[in-house]
Amino acid sequence: MEFQVTWFVLWAVLWAVYFMLDGFVLGTGMLHHFLTRNDQEKKILIRTVGPVWDGNEVWLVTAGGATFAAFPTTYALMFSYLYSALLLLLFSLIIRGVSLEFRGKIENDGWKKTWDIGIFIGSALPALLLGVAFGNIFSGFPMDAAGYHGSLLSLLNPYGLLTGALFVLMFLTHGSLYISVKTEGELSDRSTTLAGKMWFAELAVAVLFLVATAFFTKLYDNYLSAPLLLIVPLLAVAALLGIKLFLAKGSPLMAFSSSCVTIVMVVFTGVIGLFPNLIPSSTDTAYSLTIFNSSSSTYTLKIMTIVALVFVPIVIAYKIWVYRIFRSRVTDDVLKKEAAY
Amino acid sequence: MDVVDLSRLQFALTSMFHWIFVPLTLGLSLVTAYMETLYVTSGDEMYLRMTKFWGKLFLINFALGIVTGITLEFQFGMNWAEYSKYVGDIFGAPLAVEATLAFFLESVFIGVWIFGWNKISKKTHAASIWLVAFATNLSALWILLANGWMQHPVGYVLRNNRAEMVDFGAMLTNPYGWLKFGHTLTSGYMVAAFFVMGVSAYHLLKKSQTEFFRRSFRIAAVFGLLSTIAVAGIGDFHTAEVAKTQPTKFAAMESLWETQKNVGFNLFIIPDTEKECNLIEGPCVPNMLSYLAFHTADAEIKGLKAFPREERPPVLPTFLSFRIMVGLGFVMLLMTIVAVVYSKRGTLELHPLFLKIMLFSIPLPYVAGQLGWIVAEVGRQPWIVYGVLKTTHAVSQSISTLQVYASLIGFTLLYGGLGVVDIYLLSKFAKKGPDNDTSSLLKPVKEEI
Repeated sequence: MEFQVTWFVLWAVLWAVYFMLDGFVLGTGMLHHFLTRNDQEKKILIRTVGPVWDGNEVWLVTAGGATFAAFPTTYALMFSYLYSALLLLLFSLIIRGVSLEFRGKIENDGWKKTWDIGIFIGSALPALLLGVAFGNIFSGFPMDAAGYHGSLLSLLNPYGLLTGALFVLMFLTHGSLYISVKTEGELSDRSTTLAGKMWFAELAVAVLFLVATAFFTKLYDNYLSAPLLLIVPLLAVAALLGIKLFLAKGSPLMAFSSSCVTIVMVVFTGVIGLFPNLIPSSTDTAYSLTIFNSSSSTYTLKIMTIVALVFVPIVIAYKIWVYRIFRSRVTDDVLKKEAAY
Repeated sequence: MDVVDLSRLQFALTSMFHWIFVPLTLGLSLVTAYMETLYVTSGDEMYLRMTKFWGKLFLINFALGIVTGITLEFQFGMNWAEYSKYVGDIFGAPLAVEATLAFFLESVFIGVWIFGWNKISKKTHAASIWLVAFATNLSALWILLANGWMQHPVGYVLRNNRAEMVDFGAMLTNPYGWLKFGHTLTSGYMVAAFFVMGVSAYHLLKKSQTEFFRRSFRIAAVFGLLSTIAVAGIGDFHTAEVAKTQPTKFAAMESLWETQKNVGFNLFIIPDTEKECNLIEGPCVPNMLSYLAFHTADAEIKGLKAFPREERPPVLPTFLSFRIMVGLGFVMLLMTIVAVVYSKRGTLELHPLFLKIMLFSIPLPYVAGQLGWIVAEVGRQPWIVYGVLKTTHAVSQSISTLQVYASLIGFTLLYGGLGVVDIYLLSKFAKKGPDNDTSSLLKPVKEEI
């Protein structure tokens, strides 16, 4: 029993870290075409995410793998029920990765424009789809003894779309803050200004989301029975307000950090509300997938816990080292130097 | 076609497409790391240029290996939900471990290697490509231990309507998994060796950058010979393990219908799957098959007829794939021997025909590798987990033929497009050759940041 709870926590952490890290890559990808004024700026944006996008995406692979290993029944049903949506997610992530890697290989306008479209679609679609998926997880799947009664279209219900919009806006703000921290001069300033505007949209949708959650989901039940937990959504709101505060103080770096905390706390807010469900059933709670009825055996969970406790800190350690190596801003000068390969 | 057939087709398509990129990654990461090490230890700038040139081709290929890999993890749940539910307790673990131990390492240090030339010391830079090479090979170990478990399940009990893990150690030390790992890994090295030899041959034929490509060819030739010997040697033990643990697959690989002792090896066979016999056999090496399978001349081998029809794999694809794979293996062994001899003597350019053959042989180890996977996966049928779960019982209940048709078409189009782009980029940069002028090359120097 305690191992199932441990893995529920780890599951939440993996998703939260994934959204925090890939969030700025997805955001940068969505802005790549619209924020920039020339090819050089586009190159700079790609270079800001170049060393880290792949490593960030691995958190998604690990979250998927951890779901498989710790909660195989949830993994099996979630992935097969969401077949078409996941297929689109998969295609768009493939397109994003290839576009980021191949755009710079050939100096040709048509070539670059093609991959620019790929970067936008491959960034916007995952942000939206993952948001829609989590919205539907929060509100529950229409599933009972006969199986699943949803479809790709039924996922696009108002609450699902609202969560999708929230994710897109969180990542847009997050991405524009990342760009303002990682670039210099006019591009950086433009991005900071944009972040300030995006923030209002994020705030509006976040408020809507928090209200809608009371009507469309049972997420708040856990908070009513243990009010102390409310600290998590409060932190989310505080961090969200912090973004604007730090922007006003002229500190995009602190605003970006605040945005990191916002994303993590938003994910935690939702996942705490789910507990002990992984996917609630919206038709009959007897068919909800919980951490208890869909988990692996204690033996497997124990082994996976050891692996995670030993290796995840190592991963975090070398990831921090790498972020430190690439901490400097990406400028024209940096690109010129690196053009040698 | 029903959902099972379509899902099988889709898994075959996506994993075989993934397997175009993985073997080259496995081998070329090592070759590139070796070249950079030569540069660091000798200071010879030619090795730096080699690192950059082969590294560039490595990266184009690597990108596609990464993005097509995630498809496979998703598909276990999307198309094979019943399988995932039934064996997730034991099969999910190696996948999660693979991601935690190998994928992070590989994805993080590839970034360091690509963008770190002027940010870290020479040695740290070389170490980062070694870490990438180590991580890709480590990832192969975990996925092949997982596949090894599907071939020869160990360390589990059937309980609570599923297979539950009771002995992680047994899975980690499953001989089937390790033999498969060794055989598959070294086959990836062959792909890289033939790739480097083929591209080098192209430039040697055009007489461009001859010293550069002579050295590259020589490194690849030695690497190719060693790995071909390893593939064959490990393959021999692997075959014996198959004979021991998967008698139906072994019988299909050899098109052996009757159970016999002192089984000979027929050089040519034309199977007749309707009449359950071989139309043509011979010439025969007496006792050879018994010896190959069980390392004794009088060992009994079970024929296909010893098993009910519905438990036999499709004989023709299993048999033909195995034969052609082994045949190609021997041809490639000869080629690598000649390659080593010519390049050691320094007479490569005196044999333009051989260079031409090497250029057009780039696909050979790719083909052999794909055939090997057909033997492994088609030969395991009708089981998805040998002796435990049938493929027909493993497919998702909730997906429709329409959905899988649509996804299959989507994958075909997307992957088709990616394949074209990959070949275009690889051949463009392979033909272009290395930059001649080393002064324009960024050297690994740590700058103050």
